[in-house]
Amino acid sequence: MASDSDSTKRQRSAEQRLRIIAGHLQKPDTDGHTGIAAQGCKAETAQPKSVKANTLPQRRQEVLKWNGWGYSDSRFLLNKKGQAEFTGKRYPLSGMILPSLKNWFEGTFGASEQHRSPAVPVLNASAVPVPNLNQAFMEELKALGVTLSQEPDDRVFRSHGHCLHEIFALREGRIGKVPDLVVWPSCHDDVVKIVELACKHDVCLIPFGGGTSVSGALECPPEETRSIVSLDTSQMNRILWIDEKNLMAHVECGIIGQDLEKQLNERGYCVGHEPDSMEFSSLGGWVATRASGIKKNGYGNIEDLVVHIRMVSPRGVIEKGCQGPRMSTGPDIHHFILGSEGTLGVVTEVTIKIRPIPEYQKYGSIVFPTFQQGVACLREVARQRCAPASIRLVDNDQFQFGHALKPQVSSIFTSFLERLKKFYITKFKGFDPQHLCVATLLFEGDREKVLQHEKQVYDIAATFGGLPGGEDNGHRGYMLTFVIAYLRDLGMDYFVIGESFETSVPWDRVLDLCRNVKERILKECNAKGVQFPPFSTCRVTQTYDTGACVYFYFAFNYRGLSDPVHVYEQVERAAREEILANGGSLSHHHGVGKIRKQWMKETISDVGVGMLKSVKEYIDPNNIFGNRNLL
Amino acid sequence: MASKAMYSPSDPALKKRDDFEDILEERRNSSDLRYALKCYTPVMYKGLTPCKASMLKTLVLQSDALQYTINQVAVESGETAAVVQEEAVLILEEMAHRLQLRTVRFLAFALTKAFKMLYRSVFVNEEGIQRLQQAIQEYPVVLLPSHRSYMDFLMMSNILYTYDLSLPVIAAGMDFMGMKVIGELLRKSGAFFIRRSFGGDKLYWAVFSEYVKTMLRSGYAPVEFFLEGTRSRTCKSLTPKLGLLNIVMEPFFKGEVFDVHLVPVSISYERILEESLYARELLGVPKPKESTSGLLKARRILSEDYGSMYVYFGHPVSVRSLAQGRVNRAQYSLLPRHVPQRPDEETQAFVNEVAFRLVRLQEENMFLKPWALMATLLVQNPEGLDLPWLMERLDWLRALAVSFGAFLDWPAHVSVSEVLNSSVAIHSNLVCVSGGRLVLVPGDREATETPEQAVFNRAVSLLACASYRNQILHVLLRPALLATAMLTAASSRREDVYSSFSFLRNVFSNEFILCPGESVQDFEEACYLLVKCGAVQMLQQDVVVTEHGHVTVDFLFAVLKPFIQGYQTVCRYLYEEASESLSEKQFVPAVRNFAVKLILAGRLKHYEVLSSDLQKNALAALLRLKAVRKVKTGEQVNLKVNKTTVSSIEDTLGGKIPSRKAVLARL
Repeated sequence: MASDSDSTKRQRSAEQRLRIIAGHLQKPDTDGHTGIAAQGCKAETAQPKSVKANTLPQRRQEVLKWNGWGYSDSRFLLNKKGQAEFTGKRYPLSGMILPSLKNWFEGTFGASEQHRSPAVPVLNASAVPVPNLNQAFMEELKALGVTLSQEPDDRVFRSHGHCLHEIFALREGRIGKVPDLVVWPSCHDDVVKIVELACKHDVCLIPFGGGTSVSGALECPPEETRSIVSLDTSQMNRILWIDEKNLMAHVECGIIGQDLEKQLNERGYCVGHEPDSMEFSSLGGWVATRASGIKKNGYGNIEDLVVHIRMVSPRGVIEKGCQGPRMSTGPDIHHFILGSEGTLGVVTEVTIKIRPIPEYQKYGSIVFPTFQQGVACLREVARQRCAPASIRLVDNDQFQFGHALKPQVSSIFTSFLERLKKFYITKFKGFDPQHLCVATLLFEGDREKVLQHEKQVYDIAATFGGLPGGEDNGHRGYMLTFVIAYLRDLGMDYFVIGESFETSVPWDRVLDLCRNVKERILKECNAKGVQFPPFSTCRVTQTYDTGACVYFYFAFNYRGLSDPVHVYEQVERAAREEILANGGSLSHHHGVGKIRKQWMKETISDVGVGMLKSVKEYIDPNNIFGNRNLL
Repeated sequence: MASKAMYSPSDPALKKRDDFEDILEERRNSSDLRYALKCYTPVMYKGLTPCKASMLKTLVLQSDALQYTINQVAVESGETAAVVQEEAVLILEEMAHRLQLRTVRFLAFALTKAFKMLYRSVFVNEEGIQRLQQAIQEYPVVLLPSHRSYMDFLMMSNILYTYDLSLPVIAAGMDFMGMKVIGELLRKSGAFFIRRSFGGDKLYWAVFSEYVKTMLRSGYAPVEFFLEGTRSRTCKSLTPKLGLLNIVMEPFFKGEVFDVHLVPVSISYERILEESLYARELLGVPKPKESTSGLLKARRILSEDYGSMYVYFGHPVSVRSLAQGRVNRAQYSLLPRHVPQRPDEETQAFVNEVAFRLVRLQEENMFLKPWALMATLLVQNPEGLDLPWLMERLDWLRALAVSFGAFLDWPAHVSVSEVLNSSVAIHSNLVCVSGGRLVLVPGDREATETPEQAVFNRAVSLLACASYRNQILHVLLRPALLATAMLTAASSRREDVYSSFSFLRNVFSNEFILCPGESVQDFEEACYLLVKCGAVQMLQQDVVVTEHGHVTVDFLFAVLKPFIQGYQTVCRYLYEEASESLSEKQFVPAVRNFAVKLILAGRLKHYEVLSSDLQKNALAALLRLKAVRKVKTGEQVNLKVNKTTVSSIEDTLGGKIPSRKAVLARL
């Protein structure tokens, strides 16, 4: 995030050096393919380069929470002084005091320090069901020599995603159905063999990538009677080759977003796919859910980024025969795989587009007097097809929420500047603090173009009453994205539950949809006996030529409710119905999983469901990939 | 179910209704001028987009929806879009209101003076006003008053002004616009004018619907219109018209607003201004064209006593909660919202059902005076009633009506005879007490009166009386249908009675407000009420009259009798006299002449059949039942009669033939 040309130059030369050093360490290039790893997976130990810094260990629960979001060392808490702070060292916000968070939290939810709802501290292994193992399968599997585990904590970790009901149950120490076994294949061939064995012995396989699903996709179907094996792809995490001439990289599916980006960055490249979960979610998971990242405007969604997919199915391996950039060869088979949510097989390797790291990156923000004007501005930006790599518009509630997350200001000067800015906007420009909203921007490219681009966007914004709100606010907005997920755990410590959900909708319906969904949530909460006003807020997170992606946060204080999760689910269902009634889609990027299955027919028609079913029927007649998502 | 929430068939007598306040009382004690100039700051819709009447027009003209239709019409007609746009501007000019507070204040002043002369009191339920005020803040509101008199909308605006509520914009018939000065005055007080029929005129429809929707969406003002489409000349609620209701619901269906609240308003009059005018109109004397001079001539009415007027604001009904589970709003996802889209059949059925329910809600909260009971008895005994007997019957009928849930204003601690006298006093133009009997006022007899004229004069009085009976008809209707069914059914078996009930209900569904598809509910409601008042007993398989129930059953049958006889007469006419080339236009006068002949011959007791309203309803029913069909020959529309069916309907009505499979009954 160089802000002047000097540092850009420095950065560029540093990158060049890095590349040269990396080149020294490797064998010389052959055919433009830079082999980071050889093809055979058993050779891994022989590869000095693959002793790479994987962020997460095989036993992820050593670093990650078993019953909440993210790293164990990072969490929000109210310290002894009653101030909110964020622990750990990993994030810019880590170790900071957030003076206004507590007030915001108490004011918004009616929560209080006295009313705590703490989680069960440790996993009670005895509550985990005894594994139901298929002995014949086990014997042959052991013969393969792949890593496996029957440990309760390994199995529990792979039995859930991050839906509210899943985390809520874990916090209460309730363990539902969990996989009976976890296997860690280390390469494509391992997967082929495992799938063959599963078919042979009729064992149910559930692929597991990053475990960040928010659609119930990882839950073991209660009606499943066969042995369930969680196929954890995390050990298939190598970049197999990079093709600089064609700007492609061939990567194993288990690599998590941050590692992929880090490793490519070392080579001067990036993928640019940055979903909010990128610290933990995996490449295979992105493919299986049709994921989307914040820099979609610069790089595209996952379906735009994928060049080639290799998937192991019960019928065999499915892949295309070449890596041509586009083909007219009948319906694109990739599109059966993208969004198949683990129902057809395991994606093992993906060839993905890469780009040189952009020379210059600049954040920005725009303050609008009303949400309506903000949406109009985003629409115009989309019309002129000049959207920066990312542009998002948060509503007033979320803007205030963001404010509550401001850390203690260290210097008087910054605090003075803040106040001056606030005075300018609210008093001088007459923006109503209860209505104004903010768009955050991220520009990427070469410096010249970024500055030009920036001007173009700010000029458009000006015609909609938008005022530049500074780089810092923009930067903070994106930084917060990664931190906000941690907040739910704080809420759940104090009787507050919530979650996010999203949709996509044509431009002209965005405002109506936002208003109606929020109001519907309010109404439903009332009707369901929620004692405190719910918090529901939205942001427009993606722009397209014809519409936008809208992202909602919804949370409420459940004190006084006997079955809060049920109430939550009813309200979320009502909100989804409202979305559909207002012309929104079932999902933009979270996927269908199990919690949105009921609407698939109206979403893709009976025939559409039939098409998908017949594909499933052909590829996996015995339902080996039996997570029962989607259909 | 949503429908239950809106109309619960539980014991109607237990229905809690609000109390009334007289708004004229204060006007009689303080300055009208100060009232007209009072500070007026109504609460507005929370999502209000502030806008002036003139800006509204621009918004409408520039709307995507209207532009779309303009271009479409331009392509179809070969005109340029600019020409069509001009047309649209003219239509809008002709239509649009120019609501001005000045004018409202002036009218408030002038009308209050008039109201004070006309009415003893104007009663309003203030709780309803409070509910309305709340609704106006939350959601776009549609006011749906019943329509019995010109007074209706003048009074509505006046009441809203009095209570400091947003003034409504009112859909009014084009005929008012023709009135000089008054037309403009109405326009400036919020009326907008629509043509009575514009069937195929796409452009007109587009301008009109966009105009209404724009006002609704922006929260500009509550939209007011009459579900019944026109003033009911008979005091019976008319079958609701769906056009405007569809329009006001569409913004909700398309997600443009979160909800729309519909507020049924029941306006009842102790004595209707247009009373004898209506009766004459029903007998074929054409309605005088609305004109200012006509209005001035009519000012003598100011010197008469029209008793009290009652305005009951019902509970706001949320379209959203009604539509829950009934309307798939996602049907609008596949077309841009500005493209006109015909709702699917389920939605159409839903709108129709809501319309009927709203009219029923209007009916339910109609405040009834004892006079309505007297008129009911009088119509059954047009020769007059002995006072002692009448009083006894009145008391009996009061108890029956109350147990059926009538919203009856029977003064407490007052003897029946006093009640009777005060009613007679107000309706002295219709009835008088002479020789210990209550009789119709004999018209001014001219020496040269022909027998036909005598029938006509008598019919005027009787139809006026009947219109007061009609005020209470909705209370008695379902039990009366059951009573009639029991008397005409083949046996007392429940199935047979139901089948008979269902047949009658079907035949009369153009005559009365009977929600489509609710035959079973209506039957059960009727059974419940008659069992409750002890007239009927439900046995295992049978429905039978109790020992003391005959009085009630016979009375209820007599309530329906004029209609049954009327429909039979229409059938008889079609069977016996209708020629091959009977045109639709000739139908009404022809039936009238036929009926007059029968009356003169002493073969017909009830005069109801002379009413063009009944004649038209009967024709509509026969068309629906496919006993008659319309054949277009050249310019003219002829009626082709299926004599077998007509005669069978006539017989079934009279209970001559067991209604075997008249309607496939399903209980």
